[in-house]
Amino acid sequence: MATPEELAVIEKAKVLMVGAGGIGCELLKTLALTGFKDIHLIDLDTIEVSNLNRQFLFRKQHVGQSKAKVARDAVLKFKPDIKIEAHHANVKNSDFDVEFFKQFNVVLNGLDNVDARRHVNRLCLAAGVPLVESGSTGYLGQVTVHVKDQTECYECQTKELPKTYPVCTITNTPSKPVHCIVWAKDLLFARLFGDRNQSSDLIVHTNDRTSSAATADTDFFNIKDGETPESYACRVFDGVFGDNIEVALRNEETWKSRKRPRPLYICEVYSDAKKPRIDGSCNSPDGNDKHTASAARILGLSNPQEVWTVRDSANVFLKALELLLNTRQKDIGSLVFDKDDQLAMEFVTAAANLRSSCFDIPMQSLFEAKGIAGNIVHAIATTNAIISGLIVLEAIKLLMGNLDDCRTTYCLEYPRRKMLLMPAELSAPKSSCYVCSQSTLLLEVNTTMTRLREVVEKIVRGQLSVNSPMISQGPCLIYETGDDLEEDMVTQYNQNLEKFLDSLPAPIVDGSILSIEDFQQEFTCHLQIKHREIFDEEKEPDNMVLSGKLSTTRDQALPGSVQLTAVADNVSIHAVDDDDEVILIDEVAKQDLKRKVLDEESVIVCGKRQRTEVS
Amino acid sequence: MEEVAVEALTEQEAAVYDRQIRVWGVEAQRRLSRAHVLVIGMSNVLTELCKNIVLAGIGSLTLMEDAPSVSTVMNTSFLIPVEQIESDKSFLTECAESLKDFNPMVHVTVEKGSLEEKPDDFLNNFDVVVVGRSLLKYRMHVNSLCRKRGPKIAFLSVDCRGPLGEIFIDLQTHTYVLKAKENVPHSLQNLVYCSLEEAIAARWDRLPKKTTKLFYAMRIMEDFEQSNSRLPGQVTLDDLASVLDTRKRLCESQGMPETLVPDKLLHRLLYAEAREHPPVCAILGGILGQELLKVLSGKGEPLKNFFFFDPMDGKGITEEIPRPDDTPIIMQSAEIEI
Repeated sequence: MATPEELAVIEKAKVLMVGAGGIGCELLKTLALTGFKDIHLIDLDTIEVSNLNRQFLFRKQHVGQSKAKVARDAVLKFKPDIKIEAHHANVKNSDFDVEFFKQFNVVLNGLDNVDARRHVNRLCLAAGVPLVESGSTGYLGQVTVHVKDQTECYECQTKELPKTYPVCTITNTPSKPVHCIVWAKDLLFARLFGDRNQSSDLIVHTNDRTSSAATADTDFFNIKDGETPESYACRVFDGVFGDNIEVALRNEETWKSRKRPRPLYICEVYSDAKKPRIDGSCNSPDGNDKHTASAARILGLSNPQEVWTVRDSANVFLKALELLLNTRQKDIGSLVFDKDDQLAMEFVTAAANLRSSCFDIPMQSLFEAKGIAGNIVHAIATTNAIISGLIVLEAIKLLMGNLDDCRTTYCLEYPRRKMLLMPAELSAPKSSCYVCSQSTLLLEVNTTMTRLREVVEKIVRGQLSVNSPMISQGPCLIYETGDDLEEDMVTQYNQNLEKFLDSLPAPIVDGSILSIEDFQQEFTCHLQIKHREIFDEEKEPDNMVLSGKLSTTRDQALPGSVQLTAVADNVSIHAVDDDDEVILIDEVAKQDLKRKVLDEESVIVCGKRQRTEVS
Repeated sequence: MEEVAVEALTEQEAAVYDRQIRVWGVEAQRRLSRAHVLVIGMSNVLTELCKNIVLAGIGSLTLMEDAPSVSTVMNTSFLIPVEQIESDKSFLTECAESLKDFNPMVHVTVEKGSLEEKPDDFLNNFDVVVVGRSLLKYRMHVNSLCRKRGPKIAFLSVDCRGPLGEIFIDLQTHTYVLKAKENVPHSLQNLVYCSLEEAIAARWDRLPKKTTKLFYAMRIMEDFEQSNSRLPGQVTLDDLASVLDTRKRLCESQGMPETLVPDKLLHRLLYAEAREHPPVCAILGGILGQELLKVLSGKGEPLKNFFFFDPMDGKGITEEIPRPDDTPIIMQSAEIEI
């Protein structure tokens, strides 16, 4: 129960919830029970079966429907006298502009990705609305508060971005299961079933120009006249697991310090027996259903936890490839890998395992492979329930105007210093933050070899999460997006995208300073360009390095030393593509925590909370 | 711990439980699906707990009327649609139907009658018994019944008083696998717990100095309610003077200064009366649910043996209150190979 003073502000408050997933369902329920009466809710997702273990406002019959709307209806059933407005939309939609945000007393995030969090952070800063941010993974969770000019903003701390792997590790020198899974879904699957103009040809790298892999032949992946799906599948098998590895082995240099892979051919797998002949599968009533067609089931491999043998994997590879060709004829050439597409997932698991066996890497079960391929986050109901309670407690403090009492709270799996829920003081805004303090960023790039498109996609949209960018250099507009642009400007901008930086109408060279703006986010940042010739393909696969704090005085970090892609300090909330998200508390963070966590002795000692910092 | 054969989950289980199996594994999920839980009483915090364990996929949940010794204000429950509140079904039946709907794979039933009317072996049907707010006497009684009926029946209790919360756990004996840490291999930990009666018999002047004030405050409230024939939660700020007297008496007999428990804290507990603060219910229900899942799955280190939450400082604190003879809860640990 809230105190009468608290209840008074709670009942008057208008709050915005972003996200109606794992945390969102719990939060909407807790807000309603606490007495909140005016709630807006935004979520673009629809309900999936794997949500049902924790998103308790949803039922099986709701699968496929809007999360925001079903959540609203479910809560109104037990709290009909309150107002909940559900928006089935992307929070990045231009309808949700600064004016929209300004109507709320507080914004509560239950999001699943860094990109949307950054967007909401910028809108909250622009609108001057306090933000309660949250995240959870497994037993771990975190809730914190961001208030403009008073505390750190969400982007004051660098966040770890989703891991990317250098292309050559994937194509030539895999050493972990994840490398083989990425190869199977992003290269092989995309090459076989996706848009061939988009997919990479880099099935194999070879320095030996005289001999190239069979698969380098542009026609290799096309079905030949008179070829049955079965014989096609065998030919692809021998090509990618046999010939390709043979070719790769010719790069002697590569294998000096690595274990040599072993090529695998169909005839070896089935040396002592014949390939299983399985018929009639395509005629089963649900054989065409995207989510139920299964090669593994036909083959009697029904336990997704079990790791297949090489023979099993070969069986699944051949059968799944055949089934995909037979049942998805219409989609071939435009299929996009989806972890929830059973057949696609089986194919990728089998292909990854066969490649793993060549490179002597442990094979994975379908279940594990799905987790890796889909970047699936571990999620349970209890943590989300705890997080929702903590969010509401912080929201009440903000509404009461007690920012000094607000905390970052960590939800831990095991007690640390007796605490399972550990509060820490909020930090002041960081002067080095390019968002709330508008510090200049440094971009190292080869200005003669890099096209504007790469900078826009990888840096401006990718790393800086700018939604609709406008890029200018001094008075010259270089690039802009929007619906209201003149046609000739659109043509001009599209031409600019394909130009190298130093050959733009206003050339971008060493020392240039770019302004990047987003009107919707009311966001501006400055990018100083540093020309650099060579990049390390392993460590800097983008061929560009964006760094945080720009050195202006001697005691500050050197340019390039604070990479945005690294966990610099404190806790990072990690990007994922499912409902809940990851908090990593690294070593630095633990030290930071020690410094910030309130002293044990500061608990109510004489009826009044004293705030002491451990030194 | 009972050996459970790892068998494949049904497709439905695999699909619905996918995200949590990635947290605790298939074997733990199997164990959960065979577990039977009895919840006595119903309150906002128990509602949260029931939701959490039904979603997680325990085998069965049995709801039972509480002892005639509770005062709770169920101002709202997310389990019951408003149009059904006036229906002629019992409150617990409504709750059970709603919970079944959360996860049709879990068997949810209502057991009529009180514990007193049940045959001696009734509790043997359960792996865990959870009791909500009730008289100390009643909680100790249920706890001792669990202990009498066998070494495997876990007892948990929870109370949310306004914004303040307490959880108690008695697992009798519990074995779990402690995950390997740097240089320390997997080990099998064997915990031996003490009963609620033993835990609260510990002399205050022998407890660690940093023991949370809320532990003592709750004991003062229990003592006041018991000696004044009040139902738990049936208190108001008008009782402050008498509660302060209770504090004086208890602190003196336990060899502690009265300043051990601040006036303000007792004030807040009295002000709460029978109400529960919903965000704190979500937090306590989450922590309790999590502990229950650890107990049932044999995975992860469970609480020893109290948990307290106070939003004033925001700390969720675990306390290990030993037997009066100071026997610590951890008894043995053995390295094992996995």
